[in-house]
Formats: sequence, C-alpha cells, structure tokens
Amino acid sequence: MKNLIAFPVLGLAFILQMAILSRMTLLSGVVDLVLLIIVSWALQEQVQSSWHWAGLAGLLAGFTSGLPPYIPLLGYLLTVGLARLFLRQIWQAPILALFSVTFFATLLMHLVTFIGLLLNGTLLPIGDVLTLVTLPGIFLNLLFILPVHAVIRDLALWVYPVEDLV
Amino acid sequence: MGRAAFTRPSFSGTLKNMRNSLSGSVQTTIIFLVVAGVLALALSGSLGFVSTGLNAFLVSTQTWISTRFVAIQDFLTVPRDVAALRQRNAELEAEVARLQAQVVQLQSQVADTQALAALVNFSRSNPESAYTAATVIGRDPSPFLRYIIIDKGSNQGLRRGMPVVTDQGLVGRVDAVIGSAARVQLITDPTSAVNVRLERADREAVLTGTLAGDLTLDLVPQDIALEIGDVVLTSGLGGSYPRDLIVGQVNTVRKRDSDLFQQAFIQPVVDFAQLKIVLVITDFRPVNITPLIP
Repeated sequence: MKNLIAFPVLGLAFILQMAILSRMTLLSGVVDLVLLIIVSWALQEQVQSSWHWAGLAGLLAGFTSGLPPYIPLLGYLLTVGLARLFLRQIWQAPILALFSVTFFATLLMHLVTFIGLLLNGTLLPIGDVLTLVTLPGIFLNLLFILPVHAVIRDLALWVYPVEDLV
Repeated sequence: MGRAAFTRPSFSGTLKNMRNSLSGSVQTTIIFLVVAGVLALALSGSLGFVSTGLNAFLVSTQTWISTRFVAIQDFLTVPRDVAALRQRNAELEAEVARLQAQVVQLQSQVADTQALAALVNFSRSNPESAYTAATVIGRDPSPFLRYIIIDKGSNQGLRRGMPVVTDQGLVGRVDAVIGSAARVQLITDPTSAVNVRLERADREAVLTGTLAGDLTLDLVPQDIALEIGDVVLTSGLGGSYPRDLIVGQVNTVRKRDSDLFQQAFIQPVVDFAQLKIVLVITDFRPVNITPLIP
C-alpha cells in the first residue's frame, strides 16, 4: 500500500514543475523534476516499483503536456531501463551512477521528444535544441539531482525498509 | 519645666529678647544685602575674574563627577538596556518583515488590478466579442513546447480552439480543456502557425514560433518591401483566429536573392514571460478546415 505514495509525490512534482520550475528557465532549458525523481527512485536498489512510477509519470505528463502522450511515457520508461542498467554495471559508485544516469536520461528524454515531434511534423533545429534546451537542461538537472536524490532515498527507505530485505 | 512655662517674664528679659530678634533680623538683612550686592556685581561683570575662576572650578568638578557617574551608570544599566534593545530590535525586525510582506502583497494586488483594468478597457473597446478572463497558473512541463495552463475550463464555457488575447494583443488559442482548467498554445510555440497580414503592405504571411520563443514571418514574397516597425495583424484566413488582432511588429528582415521568400523576425506585443491574466474570446467558433486539406 505504501507504493501508493507515488500518486501524491508525482502529482506534487508535476504541480511544482508547471507552477514554478517551468518558469525558471536557463535559456530555454528547465530542470525536469519528474525525471530526477524517476532517476533517483530507479537507482534505489530495494525499490521494486520503478517501472510503475515511470508509467504513472508518463501518463501524468501525457495528460498535462502538449506533447503527444507516448513521448513522455516512452522517455520515462527508457529512463528507468537506463537507471537499472547502470545500477547493475557501476553499483560500486552510486554517486557516479547518479550523475551518469541523470546526464544520459536527460539526453535520452530530449532525443525521444525531438524524434516524437519530428514524427508529428515539427522539425526543430538541432543546433537550437542542443544549445537552448538540452545543455542548459542537463546543467540544471545535474545541479538539482543531489537534493532530489536525498529526499527520494529517504522516501524509498520508508516504502521499502531495509529490514524487510533480510 | 512646667513651672518655668508658667513663669512671667521680667521687663529686662523682654528687652533682651527684642534685642536678640532685632539683631537676628539685621543679620539676615545684611546677609541678603551682601548676597544681592555680590550678585549685582557679578551680573554687572565687576567680579569677572572671580566668577571665571569659580565657574571653571565648578564646571571641572561637575564634569569630573558627571563623567564618573555616567560611567558607573553605564556599567550598571547597559546590560539591561542591551537586552531590552535586542528585544525591541527583534520586534522591529519582525514588524519590518511583516510590512515588507504586506508591501509585496499590495504590489501584487496593484499589478493584478492594473492588468484587470487594462483587460476591462480592452473588452469595452472591443464589445463585438465576449470574453472570459483567466489566470495563468502554470506552464507546460516540457521545455520544447510553449503552452500555458489557465484556471478556466469547460465549466466556464471554454472550448478547444478559442483565441486567447490580452489587452496588448494575440496570445494563442485553447488547445485542450478540462472542467476547470485549459491548456493554451502560445503563438511562440514551435508547432504554432498563425496566418497574419502585414498592415502596411496588406499582404498575407505565416507566422511561426521558434524554440527560443521568438516569432518569425515565413513565406513572405520577395516583392514585398518589408520595413522595420511594420504592424502584423491576424488575417483570419484558415478560420483559426479572428481577423485584425495585433500580433507584433517587424523587428528584423532577412532577404536573400537566392531564396523564394524573405523572412522577418517579429517583436511580439505581448510579453509572454510575464503573462498573468488573459482573456479568452468565447464567442469565436474556429473553422475546422482539416477535411479540406488534401
């Protein structure tokens, strides 16, 4: 039942994202709070519901954003897959995994968005995408990942107590 | 004692008493006269050297005593005053913080009131349309798109495709609606395209948004002489927007002989970064021409 915390957490994250964070732009890039939560959640070893969180986040993003709904859904699911892959490969350096997944997940998310918009008939200049959106977005995400990770780690310990694993 | 009290005084004793009281009065009178004389001399300046020395002595003495007294008083009372001052300072700081918050709140209310007044003026000066005012409560979570979320929806009569304006000009159109909120696609969105008209040249073109939030005018024939400052209005073609809504002014022109069309960058009249309150034109029915497009 504690997994239901995903609804208020992601709901609040979307509210904060739309009401505050989307107004705080660096060039045209913004910090993606939901992506950071998904990354942090998926990097917790004891967590078993990261795919569910990604699916829920994708549905919420598809509902609130003007993007075609499959784009955020696919992006968040790929993010979880990437995080799980990194968790297995470089588990001995969690901080390295954290920053690496944040970096590549932001790139992946923007790539999926770019391709999705292209399939919908909107060709964005790749140079503008990189300089105005992606690079500032990566910078902001790397800046915010540590505090988000600290909060999500505590949440994961509450939802999945370590004692239960023994 | 009792017997003495009832003893009748003798004549010689009475004389002696009168003499004593007379001499006391004379002494008092003399003393008063002397003091008055000294004062008169002092006031007339005749005792300047005496009064100067006396004054110097008195002042230096008083200064010495006063200095020591103040030092002792400070020593005894300052700690108590510091505590009181700190408490008073904290009270004043709290008061300042409260007043600053109040000022910010009032400034926000003034800004909202000014925006609403401007919108009311706009709706009065354009009575041919019906408007619903809405507050901007959010922006699209994706950095690739430029949408805003407003706090009015289908419960207030909003429908998809309705144009959104401010008192300054065109903002965009309603893209999606739920009961109590709606999503508005701004004209600066990269996927947005608006049919516009150049007022001076009276020619049509297509206005598109960019990733940076700018507006560009595409498909402008080479034979049109674009000038900086030309006003751009909606043309009404396509049925997506009403005619003659102000969009912006030509800011830069890019014209190359090798191109079929010239391009212009438009300075929008609306400050999209500061959007707070917008008007939705609720009596405009957009025409869906999609089935006519081959």
